Amino acid sequence: METPGRIPNDGVQSRRRWISLLLGSGVLASIASFVYPAIRYMIPPPIGESTSRSVVAASVNELKNNSGKVFKFGSKPALLVRTPDGDYRAFSAVCTHLNCTVQYRSDLHEIWCACHNGLYDLSGRNISGPPPRPLESFEVHVQGEEVIVSRSA
Amino acid sequence: MRFVAAIIASLLVAASLSAAPTPESTCITCHSMLDGKLADPVKKFESAVHRQVGLSCADCHGGNPADESMDSMSPAKGFRGVPRKTQVPEFCARCHSDIAYMHRFDPKMRADQLSQYLTSVHGKRLKQGDTKVAVCVDCHGVHNILPASDTRSPVYPVNIASTCARCHASEEHMRSYNIPTDQVSSYEKSVHAEILAQGDTAAPTCATCHGNHGATPPGVSSVANVCGTCHVFFEQLFNKSPHQPAFAAMGLPGCVQCHSNHEIVKPSDDWVGVGQDSVCATCHSQGDKGYTGAQKIAGDLANLKTRLARAEEILNTAERSGMEVSSAKVELGSAHEALVKARVNVHAFDDAEVQKLTDEGAQVSEKAYQAGVAALNERDVRRKGLGVSLIAIVLAISGLYLKIRQIESRPKT
Amino acid sequence: MPGIYRRILKWLDERFGAGAVEEFLRHKTVPIHRHSIWYYFGGMTLFLFVVQALTGILLLLYYRPTPNDAFESIQYIVTQVPYGWLIRSVHSWSANLLILTVFIHMFSVYFLKAYRKPRELTWITGMFLLFIMLGFGFSGYLLPWNTLAFFATKVGTEMAATVPLIGPWLLKFLRGGEEVTGATLTRFFGFHVAVLPGLTTLLLAMHLLLVQRLGMSVPPGVERAIEEGRQPARSMPFFPNFLLRDMIGWYAALGVLGALAAIFPWELGTKADAFASAPAGIRPEWYFLFAFQTLKILPAKILFLEGELAGLMGFTLAGIVWVLVPFLDYKAGFGRVTRFFTGLGIFALGYMVVMSALALR
Repeated sequence: METPGRIPNDGVQSRRRWISLLLGSGVLASIASFVYPAIRYMIPPPIGESTSRSVVAASVNELKNNSGKVFKFGSKPALLVRTPDGDYRAFSAVCTHLNCTVQYRSDLHEIWCACHNGLYDLSGRNISGPPPRPLESFEVHVQGEEVIVSRSA
Repeated sequence: MRFVAAIIASLLVAASLSAAPTPESTCITCHSMLDGKLADPVKKFESAVHRQVGLSCADCHGGNPADESMDSMSPAKGFRGVPRKTQVPEFCARCHSDIAYMHRFDPKMRADQLSQYLTSVHGKRLKQGDTKVAVCVDCHGVHNILPASDTRSPVYPVNIASTCARCHASEEHMRSYNIPTDQVSSYEKSVHAEILAQGDTAAPTCATCHGNHGATPPGVSSVANVCGTCHVFFEQLFNKSPHQPAFAAMGLPGCVQCHSNHEIVKPSDDWVGVGQDSVCATCHSQGDKGYTGAQKIAGDLANLKTRLARAEEILNTAERSGMEVSSAKVELGSAHEALVKARVNVHAFDDAEVQKLTDEGAQVSEKAYQAGVAALNERDVRRKGLGVSLIAIVLAISGLYLKIRQIESRPKT
Repeated sequence: MPGIYRRILKWLDERFGAGAVEEFLRHKTVPIHRHSIWYYFGGMTLFLFVVQALTGILLLLYYRPTPNDAFESIQYIVTQVPYGWLIRSVHSWSANLLILTVFIHMFSVYFLKAYRKPRELTWITGMFLLFIMLGFGFSGYLLPWNTLAFFATKVGTEMAATVPLIGPWLLKFLRGGEEVTGATLTRFFGFHVAVLPGLTTLLLAMHLLLVQRLGMSVPPGVERAIEEGRQPARSMPFFPNFLLRDMIGWYAALGVLGALAAIFPWELGTKADAFASAPAGIRPEWYFLFAFQTLKILPAKILFLEGELAGLMGFTLAGIVWVLVPFLDYKAGFGRVTRFFTGLGIFALGYMVVMSALALR
């Protein structure tokens, strides 16, 4: 719709410019709203990804003999035990009774659940109390200065 | 008749001697040819543990297993025949109380079953001449005795309740003793029976609490001890709680007072407090310390449960909207743990003990709730971002549209 | 601004000789008639494919194609990587939109008989591109390694075994073994990011080249109307008129994708467990539902053939007929509308819609 009383050419020219401006800015804005996320995406986040398969549970001199440590493995707690003889054992720390988090008892030399007094031996077998099944056991390897816990094959 | 049997026996023995290499006792060869009750023991004995270890009829019943004639069953030859009911325990104990003899077969086997039995209600009554009580063969079977670890045995843990039920669930049988007959039917409703049926043989059945050979109901003052053999924390807490002296003074049976003896079902949180289903209200009434204590404990539990539910709900909403909240959900796990422990601490019957756990759980739930709020905020930020980009798109589209109109209204060159 | 644009083009033309292409594009026109709206769907399909390629490449920067890491890497993308949720949801939604548009494009071409001479090869390359898109959908679906994907792949590849003679071999080829395992994931990943894109590039180049060479087809009815003078032959230049309109469509599609990603984000699911039993009601993605439902309702035996085999053969036959339709409906090349093929098309479309609806019940 051309405004009456104006020189037709000028009106058309300025309208043309406005439209080009609208189009240009619209296109630019939309491209920015796609390109910006893509660029942000490509920059790696500070927290690196760790595989769910293995985790560094502790450093080599962190645990004394006859002690234990609860650490995060995937999205669940896990327990690293250093036996009185110095061997490492690792298990899921999720009690098989009602999912409380178990702990190592250095006085009993066994793994204990504080909720209902369930006990597991150092092979993860349920030996006393309500737990109906043994704890899932994991593999432990010492690599250099690190104690690495990984899921069994 | 005896003559005919002897002829047939000799023929069979001759046949079996020429065919089978292992000499079976004549008891078996003869009795297997008879029918009905007389042949039954042979059939039953096939799978018996006694047969597996190389024993045979004469080892219990005496007599001469090499003699094919009826003479093999003469008392002069040491034949003991079928023992009377009142003689059965001593009959079995002839071997089973002889440690040296038993250890020839199983070095770790116990040999005190008879002495235990004599302390039991069954044993005591048998000595007084009551033949309606259980003796060895009533529970273990007669000729087809299997070890208790064999799933077919009537004393395999899963089967024990139905074995006891044979007498104890029969109105007719128990009438003269004035003992109720609902124990097994109550037990079947219990959580112990449920776990046992799922195959966990550590779950208690009749013999676990009452003993097997020395079967006696636990006395009122020792109920907590019995339950406490498995439910350790609850016994410890109970014994330190004000309920212990109070129950002892009133002669109340500890755990059974609230949890029942046989029909031990999964307790619900409604049992705590002063509501309709509460067990506290059966003794406590408005105004006494216990009543207010119960109210507080129930209140603490309910408070934690509400906070947990709130946190779970918001996290689930966030998750359904596509936000990733799995680590917050994991953290919430320790609030669940606090609730589990708080329920244990109810048995201290001291609201301070419960509150310290519910406060801890409430804190964790609050953190998780905040994580959920943050997730939902992030979701709203995304939607706002979407709004912005949609505006940019609408701008672009209207620009395009106007451009098209402009181009196409130009006079064509 | 136009001055700089011209100068750059001239510079490139002196080296690539692309001036001829630009000249050619300037002359490309698009016919205007009442069925012109269907012309947009080819470009829309191409646009959505480009969206898939771009978001796919971005996902490739973080995705790990092994059973232990696949699920976790996508969880990482969606939770830790900035805008990862956007890229991933757009990729998943756009995949579905792409398959929808490719079917619309195919059916519109079919009903408007654009496959007739001389466009038989355009049709054939297009049909193979459609099969490849379905292949993209099937292989991509497994990559998140969640329960749904795992079992849908198990069920889907199970079908391969029923092919006579080569069935067991084909199953092993698809799965990388007897069962669906990490080897399957690696293989599907290879198909999804290398093999299928390579094939697509080839076929798409041919398809687009043919479209440019042969121009846009006008439906027989309209063609006749124009010949008989009942309708003027109207057209618009492709560049810029039709392209600007195309861009409106593409922007609208982007808006839809963004809204879907923000309001209905694609689920992560639960990590696949090979030893768990299949969840109840497992079924493939919507674009395979019609085939899935057909196989479900077929009886165990048809004549002497096993039901599943008969179904498979039926679909293969249908596919072959469909690909060869330009030759079967040769009369269309003379501008004659053979009602049989229109009817066949309506039956096929109706069948697919009804079967899919039944499967969703």
